[in-house]
Amino acid sequence: MALETVRVQRVRTSAFRWEWLLLVLIAGTFFVNSRISPHFLRYTSLMSALSVFLEAGFMVLSMVFILVAGDIDVSVASIVALASVLMSLSYKAGLPMGLAMLVALGVGTGCGYLNGLLISRIPNLSAIIVTLAGFSLYRGIAYILLGDRAVGGFPSWYSYLAWGDIGGTGIPFILVAFLACALVYGLVLHRTSFGRKVFAIGTNRIAAVFSGIPVARIRHTLFTLNGLMAGVAAIFLTSKLGSSRPNVATGYELEVIAIAVLGGASPSGGKGSIAGACLALVLMRLLRYGMGLRNVPGQVMMVIIGIVLICVVMFPNLLAARKRRPAGS
Amino acid sequence: MGERILELRGISKFFPGIRALERVDFDLEEGEIHALVGENGAGKSTLIKIITGVHQPDEGEIFWRGQRVTFPNPTVASRYQIAAVYQQPASFPHLTITENIFLSHPFVHPLSRRLRWREMHKRAQELLESLGAEIDPLNPVGALSAAQQQIVEIAKALSIHARILIMDEPTAALTRREAEELYRIMMKLKSQGTSIIFISHRFEDIYEVADRVTVLRDGKKVGTWMVRDIAEQDLIRAMVGREITQLFPKAQVTPGKELLRVEGLSRVGYFSNVSFTLHAGEILGMSGLVGSGRTEVAHALFGIAPADRGKIFVEGKEVTIRSPMDAIALGIGYLPEDRLQQGLFLPMSITDNITIAVLDELTRHGWLCPEREYEVATKMLELLQIKAPTVFHPVSSLSGGNQQKVVVAKLLAARLRILILDEPTHGVDVGAKAAIHQIMSDLAREGLGILMISSEMPEILGMSDRILVMCEGRVSGILTREEATQEKLMEMAVNIDRGRFRKTQEVVGAGHGI
Repeated sequence: MALETVRVQRVRTSAFRWEWLLLVLIAGTFFVNSRISPHFLRYTSLMSALSVFLEAGFMVLSMVFILVAGDIDVSVASIVALASVLMSLSYKAGLPMGLAMLVALGVGTGCGYLNGLLISRIPNLSAIIVTLAGFSLYRGIAYILLGDRAVGGFPSWYSYLAWGDIGGTGIPFILVAFLACALVYGLVLHRTSFGRKVFAIGTNRIAAVFSGIPVARIRHTLFTLNGLMAGVAAIFLTSKLGSSRPNVATGYELEVIAIAVLGGASPSGGKGSIAGACLALVLMRLLRYGMGLRNVPGQVMMVIIGIVLICVVMFPNLLAARKRRPAGS
Repeated sequence: MGERILELRGISKFFPGIRALERVDFDLEEGEIHALVGENGAGKSTLIKIITGVHQPDEGEIFWRGQRVTFPNPTVASRYQIAAVYQQPASFPHLTITENIFLSHPFVHPLSRRLRWREMHKRAQELLESLGAEIDPLNPVGALSAAQQQIVEIAKALSIHARILIMDEPTAALTRREAEELYRIMMKLKSQGTSIIFISHRFEDIYEVADRVTVLRDGKKVGTWMVRDIAEQDLIRAMVGREITQLFPKAQVTPGKELLRVEGLSRVGYFSNVSFTLHAGEILGMSGLVGSGRTEVAHALFGIAPADRGKIFVEGKEVTIRSPMDAIALGIGYLPEDRLQQGLFLPMSITDNITIAVLDELTRHGWLCPEREYEVATKMLELLQIKAPTVFHPVSSLSGGNQQKVVVAKLLAARLRILILDEPTHGVDVGAKAAIHQIMSDLAREGLGILMISSEMPEILGMSDRILVMCEGRVSGILTREEATQEKLMEMAVNIDRGRFRKTQEVVGAGHGI
C-alpha cells in the first residue's frame, strides 16, 4: 500500500465526523447571528467575542488529556482562584510582576501535582473524589488568605496579556497565545507516542499496565499539567479582571469539562481531540455572543446552552441507533 | 441411596466455535454424593450451569423425579430445590450473613410488607447451628474465613430447602482441617436425604466422601463408576485419556546460555519457594491445575504483582522487577491469560494495538511514524494470518480468535528475549494454534527463552523441552521431555502422594485463608 493510502485510511477511521458536525453547527450559528444583528460581523467585536472565555480555554486543552485518559478534574477553577490570589499577594509583598506570574504557575503546578500524586499512587482513590476535595480545599485557602478583599493595582503592561492585540492588527494577544498552545497540545496528543499512550490508558487501563505503559506516571503528569494550565488561566484572568478575588472563575470547572465533552471527549475515556475542543470553544462563544446581541437574559442563555450540549452529545448515539435498527430487523 | 432424583439425557451445548458438551448423560440419586471430574475445559462447569439453569442445553432432556422439566433460568431451577455453592462464595461481602442467606427470599410480613428481621436472624442461626457452625448471623460475610463463607453458602442453599446441592470445588480454598469439617457436613446432609454433585480436582475429596464419580473429557462423558470400584490410576487415565495425535513442531535445540533463573520465589498466599532456570532456545512448559499458582508466578516475573521473597536473575545478573516497565526493559514479555481485559484496546485500531508496547522505537524525532507502524502491523498480520480487512480497523471488529492473535502479535512485535505465554493457544482455532506453535518454535530457535503456561496436556508434552509442574503453589517437580507422560504430569499436578499432600496443604491453605 502506498503512503497516501496509509494517510487516507487513517483519516477515515479516526473520529473526524465529530469535527465536521461542530463545523456545521458553527457555520449555522454564524449565519443566524449575522442575520439577527448587523453588528455581529464587525471585525473587532468578533475578535473580542472569540477571546472572551479564552483564558479558560487553556484549561480545556489539558482537560481533554485528562478525559481521554479516563479521568476527570473538577478542582481547576479553585486552583485558578488560589493561584490568582497568591500571585496578587506576592506582588503586593514586593515581588516583581514577572516573578509573581511565576508564583501563579508554581501554585497551579503544585496543586495539580498534589491531585495527581493522590490519584495515581494511592489505589482505589478515584479522580472525582480527590479533585472534589481539591475543589473545596484550594478555594477555601484562597478565602482564608484574602477574605472578602480584592487585590489589584498591577503594572499597566500586565493588562496587555488579556486586552492587548498584536501590533495594531486587532488580533488579540490571548488568541495567538491560545492557538500556539493548542497547536502544541494537539501535536502531543495526536502525533506523539505519549499521546497514544494517553488514549490507551483511557481505553483500557489494565491492558495499558500489562503493555508496560507507565500508567501511574502518565496520569500524574496529566494532573500536574492541568494544574499548570490553571496557573496560566489565572494569569490571563487576573489580567482581564484587573484584580484578584477568592471567588474568581467560579463554575469554570464545569464549563471547561462541558466544552471538552462538546468537542468530542468522552468522560469514560479513550476519546477526544484538541481540534474538536477548539471548535467547541468557538461554538460556545458564538452562541453566547449571538444571544447577547439579542439581549437574551443570562438565565435563558444557560437553559439554551444546556439543551445544545445535551443534543450535540446525544447526536452520535442517535446515529448509532439508526444504524442498528435495520440490522436488527 | 434411593430414587433417581435428577437425570440428564443426551445433553449437548455449543458455544461459538466450541462444543462444550456432546450428548452427555448424567444421573443423580436421592441421598447420593456424586463427584464430577475432568481436566480444565472438559465441560464440568457447563454441565453444572445447565443443571442450575444458567445455560440452556442445545440438545437433550432433563428429568426431575421422572418428570420432564426445563430450567430456563436459575429461579426456576431453585423451585425444583436445586441450589449451587460456587467456588468463590460471598457474593455480598458487606452484607450480614442473614442478608446473604435471605437475599432472594426474605421473610416479609404479609400485610405491612415489612421485613421480619428477627425471624430471619433466628432461622439463619438455626441453619448455621444445624451445620455445626457457631457464627453470629449479624456478622458481615466478608469478615469470615473461606471455610465459614462456604458454610454460609450451604446454609443459603438449605434455606430454600434444597434437595440437590451442587458444589464447585468446595475444598479448593480450605485447609486440610476445614476440608474435613466440610466432609462431615456433606455426610450429614446426605444422611438427611440431600443429593450432592461436587466438582473437585482433589482425589482426596472423591475417595473421602463420594459414592459415584463421573468423568468428563473434551465435552464427552467417559463413564460413571462407583468410587470403590475404581483405582486412582484408572481415574487419572480416564481423565487424560486421549492420545497425542497433533503434530507439534518444537525443533530439538541444544539449550544455550542461561537467560532466566529464579530462586526461592515466594508470594504469601499464592506460591512459595519456586525455583527454576530457563535457557536460550528452550521452551519450559508450566503445567498444573488452574489455581496452582502458575499465573501468579508469571505475574511476579512480569512485575504485575511482585514476589515478597526470592531472587530473579536475568542472564546471570540479579534483578528487581517491580513493574511491567521493569520487566519489558529487561526483555521479559508476558502474554496475559485474560486477553480481553489485560491484552486488548478494543476500540483502537489493530495497528495501535500491535505497536503500543514498542511505540517509542517506532517514532522519528519523537513523532509517531504511521508508515513504520503500518509496516510492523502488516508484517504481523501476515505472519499470524490475522483475518482483518485492513490494519486500521478497530480490534473490536475482529472475531474472537483473531483478537487473540492480535495480542500475540503485540508481544512478538516487542522483540523480547524471554517470553512468558499464559495459555497461548487457549480459545484459538486449530489453524491459528499450529501457526502460534510454529512461531514459538521459530522464536526458540532464534535464541529466545519461552516459559509456556498451559492446561492442555498435548501442548505441554509436544512443545516443551522441560516441564515444570506446579501444585498448590509449589513446584512439585521438573521433568525432561523424555521423562514426561500425561499420567505422570497429572499425578504431580494433583499430588497423589498423600503424605506430601497433607504437609503442603496446611501451609498453602493457611495462606489462602488470609
